[in-house]
Amino acid sequence: MSDELDMRDKAAWDAAEKVADYAHGWSSDIETDFAPKGLTEDTVRFISAKKNEPEWMLEWRLKAFALWKTMTPPDWAKLNVPPIDYQDAYYYAEPKAKPKLGSLDEVDPEILRIYEKLGIPIAEQEVLAGVEGARRVAVDAVFDSVSVATTFRAELERAGVIFRSISEAIKEYPELVKKWLGKIVPMHDNYFATLNCAVFSDGTFVYIPEGVRCPMELSTYFRINAENTGQFERTLIVADKGSYVSYLEGCTAPMRDENQLHAAVVELVALDDAEIKYSTVQNWYPGDAEGKGGIYNFVTKRALCQGRNSKVSWTQVETGSAVTWKYPSCVLNGENSVGEFYSVAVTNNYQQADTGTKMIHNGKGSRSTIVSKGISAGHSNNTYRGLVRVAPNAEGVRNFTQCDSLLLGSLSGAHTVPYIEVRNPSAQIEHEATTSKISDDQMFYAMARGLNAEEAVALIVNGFAKEVLQQLPMEFAVEAQKLLGISLEGSVG
Amino acid sequence: MLQITNLHANVGEKPILKGLTLSLKAGEIHAIMGPNGAGKSTLGYVLSGRPGYDVTEGSVTFNGHDLLALEPHERAAAGLFLGFQYPVEIPGVSNVQFLREALNAQRKNRGEAPLSGAEFLKVAREQAGALGMDMDMLKRPVNVGFSGGEKKRNEMVQMGIINPALAILDETDSGLDIDALRTVGDGINRIMRRPDKAVLLITHYQRLLDYVKPDFVHVLADGRITRTGGAELALELERDGYKELAA
Repeated sequence: MSDELDMRDKAAWDAAEKVADYAHGWSSDIETDFAPKGLTEDTVRFISAKKNEPEWMLEWRLKAFALWKTMTPPDWAKLNVPPIDYQDAYYYAEPKAKPKLGSLDEVDPEILRIYEKLGIPIAEQEVLAGVEGARRVAVDAVFDSVSVATTFRAELERAGVIFRSISEAIKEYPELVKKWLGKIVPMHDNYFATLNCAVFSDGTFVYIPEGVRCPMELSTYFRINAENTGQFERTLIVADKGSYVSYLEGCTAPMRDENQLHAAVVELVALDDAEIKYSTVQNWYPGDAEGKGGIYNFVTKRALCQGRNSKVSWTQVETGSAVTWKYPSCVLNGENSVGEFYSVAVTNNYQQADTGTKMIHNGKGSRSTIVSKGISAGHSNNTYRGLVRVAPNAEGVRNFTQCDSLLLGSLSGAHTVPYIEVRNPSAQIEHEATTSKISDDQMFYAMARGLNAEEAVALIVNGFAKEVLQQLPMEFAVEAQKLLGISLEGSVG
Repeated sequence: MLQITNLHANVGEKPILKGLTLSLKAGEIHAIMGPNGAGKSTLGYVLSGRPGYDVTEGSVTFNGHDLLALEPHERAAAGLFLGFQYPVEIPGVSNVQFLREALNAQRKNRGEAPLSGAEFLKVAREQAGALGMDMDMLKRPVNVGFSGGEKKRNEMVQMGIINPALAILDETDSGLDIDALRTVGDGINRIMRRPDKAVLLITHYQRLLDYVKPDFVHVLADGRITRTGGAELALELERDGYKELAA
């Protein structure tokens, strides 16, 4: 580890010290335009109309809605979720209609204030403040359900990169959207993905043209802000031949008593020699110490490594949500394509997480790496569920999987459920798993050197998760370290 | 500096310390020797506040304050350092990160400004250099894959960086070869042999005392100090053994 990185660690710790309790537990005052409560065909039509969508999009949504009505929620995960009343929620909310803004300067100060409270990394705050020479990160701000403003659009456009809200892309680039939307995660894929197809509110579309290295990291902050409003983002990223993009997704949500449903779909496509790095820090409201409230997070994320030598890397740090159901996956169709999954999932109090990945090896010589770090505290349950599948024709496939679980206290649970299906004898599959507890010796050693109990836990946990945190872009690594400490507060006593 | 009066302590239900009284003044180095199971390590843990080591009677003051009322990290911030007999591994956390966290946590506790990265690295380089440890080792995870000798040397580097007022060194000499023993001994003298500091050396053997000359030597047997003398007492013990002495 370099000195610089160590110092950066310190900055994160310092910031963490300032934060007590759930720091993002507030709600702001922006007026919301709701779709009528409940979910019917009319709701779907309302959403589509609200977005001035073309007819094909409405038809697609209606088809999904009809399909969804015939489906039942999955029950195979190690999650205990009370039945969700889909009629008792709003499916669309947007800040009161405002004219589209050319720059973030014109954004409602209330929204900028929220960004500040969210602790958006310094580099991006500088960008937001218009500091000359600030490190450039393009922020497509999804505030509740609607993209409020997109920065750096012009520069991205010069490079030929399309970075739009998905609603805009549907209107401006219908052929590109039609070509890939629902092709990676099919409409019928699963209950929550189908629901998303019917009612997705907004999200992000990215296209990187052939041979282009995206000139900046793309970043979208999702935020759930209206009471009782389901969030159904839709993200589609297409990396054309030989292109590269790094995409950052960060999430926080205000404190609410009622559970909020979140069912996003993220689709990635990488063509020949293209690479997508997708990083997530998820910090949604996990519910209180008694397990009341919190976000239900049912997400479908999948990447298609379609081209030769294509590569997709998923990195996630999951600290929030009452329930997490999420398996960012790679379908490795391309010869010598590469899939990676690096994950830290923290559960505390009564949180439940069932998360992992699927690496589907269809291409010859395709390789995948899975590093999963689960940390369970309080009364929580944390499950790694992963599939490695090798198709009969896929020669020379390699996979390495490492699943480590760390337990805090004696009431939490860690579970590892690996599925390995190999139909080609040339495959090399490795799976390593460990389960450990933070030892009294480690705690006392750190405390005898001057750290209090919570600092000691945060330090040890960050060490445990280091391999994954190192995969994150710098701003995110700082935020993620901060979150690990915050999310485990109160877990030792 | 440290006043221990009639200290009784249990580990679990078992009484280990049974009325231990000891006084250390600034500028002094005390050695505690004694047979296995006498309570030497327990004394170190009780003084540094390890959970599970319960004081049942007696008092300890550190610079006039009730030491036993403080949490372990508060004792560290107050200037107490425990050199571990078995230093603990913390995977994924570099020595540099660990020590900077620890030092700045102590400073914060004392109301002092944190050291910047550059300031910290300067101190860390000096201390590591003085103990013959290269910076690469400081960047490695805390004690992971270190030999026994390296772990002990690392404890001394930590002590140098933290710069405590009182060091309790629990068998810092065990597992060291002659060269390492000399390095560690020199380190203790350099860092702690000062008018405003004190050291409590817990050891089985007299050999460390060849390098770190104690002002007082105490024999700890069955939870109490049974004999106190000067440096010559250690030589006597080495020659005659604890049995002879107790008889």
